Amino acid sequence: MKVLVAIKRVVDANVKVRVKADNSAVELANIKMAINPFCEIAIEEAIRLKEKGHASEVLVVSIGPDACQEQLRTALALGADRALQIKTEDSPEPLAVAKLLKAVVDQEQPGLVILGKQSIDGDNNQTGQMLAALAGMAQGTFASDVEIDGDTLQVTREIDGGLQKVSLKMPAVVTTDLRLNEPRYASLPNIMKAKRKPLETHTPEDLGIDISPRQTLLEVTTPPERAAGVKVSSVSELVEKLKNEAGVL
Amino acid sequence: MGNAILVVAEHDNSQLKSATLNTLQAAVELKAQGAGAIELLIAGQGSNAVVEQAAALPDVDRVLVADADNLAHQLPEEVSTVVINLLESGDYGYLLAPATTNGKNLAPRVAALMDVAQVSDITEVVSADTFIRPIYAGNALAKVQSHDALKVITVRTTAFAAVAETGGAAEATTLDAPAALGISSFVGEELSVSERPELTSARIIISGGRGMQSGDNFPLLEAVADKVGAAVGASRAAVDSGFVSNDMQVGQTGKIVAPDLYIAVGISGAIQHLAGMKDSKVIVAINNDEEAPIFNVADFGLVADLFEVLPELEKALA
Repeated sequence: MKVLVAIKRVVDANVKVRVKADNSAVELANIKMAINPFCEIAIEEAIRLKEKGHASEVLVVSIGPDACQEQLRTALALGADRALQIKTEDSPEPLAVAKLLKAVVDQEQPGLVILGKQSIDGDNNQTGQMLAALAGMAQGTFASDVEIDGDTLQVTREIDGGLQKVSLKMPAVVTTDLRLNEPRYASLPNIMKAKRKPLETHTPEDLGIDISPRQTLLEVTTPPERAAGVKVSSVSELVEKLKNEAGVL
Repeated sequence: MGNAILVVAEHDNSQLKSATLNTLQAAVELKAQGAGAIELLIAGQGSNAVVEQAAALPDVDRVLVADADNLAHQLPEEVSTVVINLLESGDYGYLLAPATTNGKNLAPRVAALMDVAQVSDITEVVSADTFIRPIYAGNALAKVQSHDALKVITVRTTAFAAVAETGGAAEATTLDAPAALGISSFVGEELSVSERPELTSARIIISGGRGMQSGDNFPLLEAVADKVGAAVGASRAAVDSGFVSNDMQVGQTGKIVAPDLYIAVGISGAIQHLAGMKDSKVIVAINNDEEAPIFNVADFGLVADLFEVLPELEKALA
């Protein structure tokens, strides 16, 4: 079985972004970029499925400018077998991403597609569900455990009230939550080896997909900052302030 | 193309969840911007009690009921078929769902099947087609205009007040249940049982982080919580370390909360955690590291050992 993993290049999780002075977008020049943390978990899960003998091949795909090849090479160093870049000028909307991934699914016929549940830049939490819809597949979103049982997939999902277990017919789509696994680091020899692994490039045009946007980003602003308050010196002072000053107790 | 608003209700077949009330407030605001009637969909099984509660909501014009075995656990593959059947009538200009794990699971599936984009997690209705939504863990706010005739939207429940619960008498229409798709099935669930309020609707929340050191120390927090009727939350660090279960996580990718009072105990204040609680009215931080970033957003900070503070706090609230 082939496993397809979709990954996104995003601002590093430790960077606190700033809004551009003209309010057109977030400042991304000279900022550290990385694989979206949820996508790292997706790569790790695919590699573990290969190590357990469930997967025969791990194909990793990313959509964006050539800079995203850096993240694809990282995925190859972590253990993916083959990479595919779909070249676009900037980051298409989730619906367009899902359509591009659906075209890849049609070509590659994976038994399982694993994606992060959301990217930490757009915070949309849409692409996996959309891909599942377009491909007519079942979806195991926010997964904290995945088990393959013949041609069905048992997925434990993190839901608002606790955990839910569902059984999905394969091929299926899984989106990762934080507790699914702890991603490994790439070793130096594997980073060297990754340079020789195949990385193909496609365009939305040769996949026959229209990625024109359906939304306009009118403005990006900085939310009102919370001012730091006061330090109190004791529990009694704290309780007194909460009761009489803030009125919340 | 009609302009009615279809709202997907959050419920567990026996009770309508408060997230529905907040989502309806966004619908009310859209109606004020010129959208049509507000229709509330209850997809489930044996959900008569929920239907009754829904019909009593004064802001709901019509209740739609889909009741079938394959809808019992509201799996998105099955529920989306029901929603698509409704949307294909062309009567609707909007589909709204709360940005809960259910809503987030369902709405994008519906949007893709209707070939429209989705606007996720809105915090403000600016006009009939323009919305504010947080991006980058809430470090920026995007004003987004949607050009699709059908707008699929998930609503951040903490950003909208709850609508009134009683006084209405909406008509309930039962829908034909579509055939089961059968590509997914429910196996089981482990739901956290607690007498305390739900995190997303609690007026007071007390959360523990890595500083709690172990799940065995959470009863110290719970004792304080029970004195003031608070919910208990946690940081990602506390959940990842196995102190407490995942449903307690507050943050960018966990639960977004905005209570009147949020007490962060032994939480350093990573941007991902702040994203989930910085809209709280009053924030208290208790931490022995006075450099912890949580103090930058706290209205009241107490630099002290939480193991001494918590029992004292419990006593002081008696």
